[in-house]
This record gives sequence, C-alpha cells and structure tokens, in this order.
Amino acid sequence: MKSAVILFPGSNRERDAARALRDASGQTPAIVWHGETELPAGVDLVVLPGGFSYGDYLRCGAIAARSPVMGAVRRHAERGGLVLGICNGFQILCEAGLLPGVLMRNADRRFLCRMQHLRVENAQTPFTRGYAAGQVVRFAIAHGEGNFEADDATLEAIEGAGQVAFRYCDAEGRVDDAANPNGSERNIAGVFNSRFNVLGLMPHPENLIDPLVGGADGRPMFAALAA
Amino acid sequence: MKARVVVTLKGGVLDPQGKAIEGALRSLAIDGVASVRQGKVFDIEIEGGDRERAHKTLSEACERLLANTIVENYAIELA
Repeated sequence: MKSAVILFPGSNRERDAARALRDASGQTPAIVWHGETELPAGVDLVVLPGGFSYGDYLRCGAIAARSPVMGAVRRHAERGGLVLGICNGFQILCEAGLLPGVLMRNADRRFLCRMQHLRVENAQTPFTRGYAAGQVVRFAIAHGEGNFEADDATLEAIEGAGQVAFRYCDAEGRVDDAANPNGSERNIAGVFNSRFNVLGLMPHPENLIDPLVGGADGRPMFAALAA
Repeated sequence: MKARVVVTLKGGVLDPQGKAIEGALRSLAIDGVASVRQGKVFDIEIEGGDRERAHKTLSEACERLLANTIVENYAIELA
C-alpha cells in the first residue's frame, strides 16, 4: 500500500500517522505539503492527520479544507481512493464537504485528552474490516471540538446507510449519554462517506499501535488498510 | 465600499461559548441578561462601488468560506 500524509501548517500528528502506516505496511508514507496540487503517483491512501491546522482560525479545519492540496484529495476520493481523516483531519473533511456534518465545540467546553471506548458500528469497510461489528475498542481522544452535529435528515440518512463508523461507549459497549464525552449527536465518533472510501473520526487509532504506550487497538485499522 | 458580514449560529445549535459568556455575565452580577449567543463579525473592504456586485461577491464568500451553512447563518450589510 502506498500512502501519503498531508502536512498543513499546524498539523502535529503527522509523524504518529506516518509511523502507524509504516509499521503496518513496511513502506514509509510520503509527507505532502498542503501547497501541493497533486498527490504522488500511485497513492492508495491519503491521511489527514490531527493537529490545529491554521491555528483553528475561522472554524476548525475551515482554511485547510480550502488549501491547494485538497483539490487533489477530492479527485483522489472521487476516483475511489481511500482517505482517512483523524481528529483535525475529520474536521477538515467535514469542512471540505467530503463527509457529512460538522464538528462543534465540546458540549462541556473542555479540551478532552484521555482514553475513550468506542463501539465499531460497521466492520465491512476497507478501514474497519479488521474489527468485528459491535466490538469495543479503546482509542485516545484529544480534542476541544469533537461534538458531531448534523441535521435530522442527514443523521437518518447516514444511520440508514451504515455510514456511522464508531460510537462513543463505555467499557461494556453501552452507548448512552454517560459515555458521550463531547455531546456528539447519537454518540457518533466517526463517519464514512456514502461510498465508504472516506472515513473521518475524532479518536486517534494511530496512537494505539504499541502495547508499550497504552494498547494496540488501532493496529487492526492500519493492518486492514495495508493488506 | 465598506461591508460587514455577521455570522451567527442557527437556532437550536448548542453554543457552549455563548453559555460560558452568559455564566460569566451572571457572575459579574450584570442582571437582566436572558441568554447569549456568540457569533462572528467580518469587516470587509470591497473594491468599486457596485452594490449588486458587492453583494454577490460577499454571498459567495459566505457560502464558500465565511460561514458553515450546516450550522451557521450569515447577514450582509453594505455601508
């Protein structure tokens, strides 16, 4: 698998993403600057990493979503290429219109930085086929604006189409208000586009690839993408 | 030509910042504030004096960048 990690001014998780991809695939991903207008030839997967692109100016991800490289990312997605947006990358994909909804300030206004259980909702995609549907995984979260919002019609549509990828839950897999860290509609932590080749999620699977640093629940995602 | 664009959250969208400001006003004992919603103001200089064209330019700016119309409304004021 040939992958590329996009680097925006203010990205700060690009090395974590690159390491997870390298460990899974044996190939070092290209790091692509946001001012580029083309992706390297033959790229299968584009990762938009976490961070604070453009200092979260205007709205999180808003300016990055309009940067030159996003035209190439959009064309890649339209060709059926895989795109993974993590945390700020998820915000950028929503702002770019490549994913439904928007990420708002956490309902309790706090920046959250801790471990969080998630339930895998759809395990039949290139990103999630290393998991079982209903499986509970533990990823890290680190965000101030992860409160997923969309109008009711959009929520019904993505629920009906199986586009909800992950939901916040407790250790037993219960999805309820008590397990919702940021006020997201229906505890949604990650969504696919309608073709299931674009995934955005607030939690950080790329930080859970080594038992030495807290667990390896993120590995199956990168292993599935690399396979 | 001077223009002002005001971007506000749509009704029903949770505004944690507005709530925090509301609480801070209460803690300052500033009475009579029922609620606060926070928005954004953009002061923009438009080239030329064609109002219709300025409005069109600003509408496009709002639709494509200044507002996220999923959760925000915008209003354009021309001086």
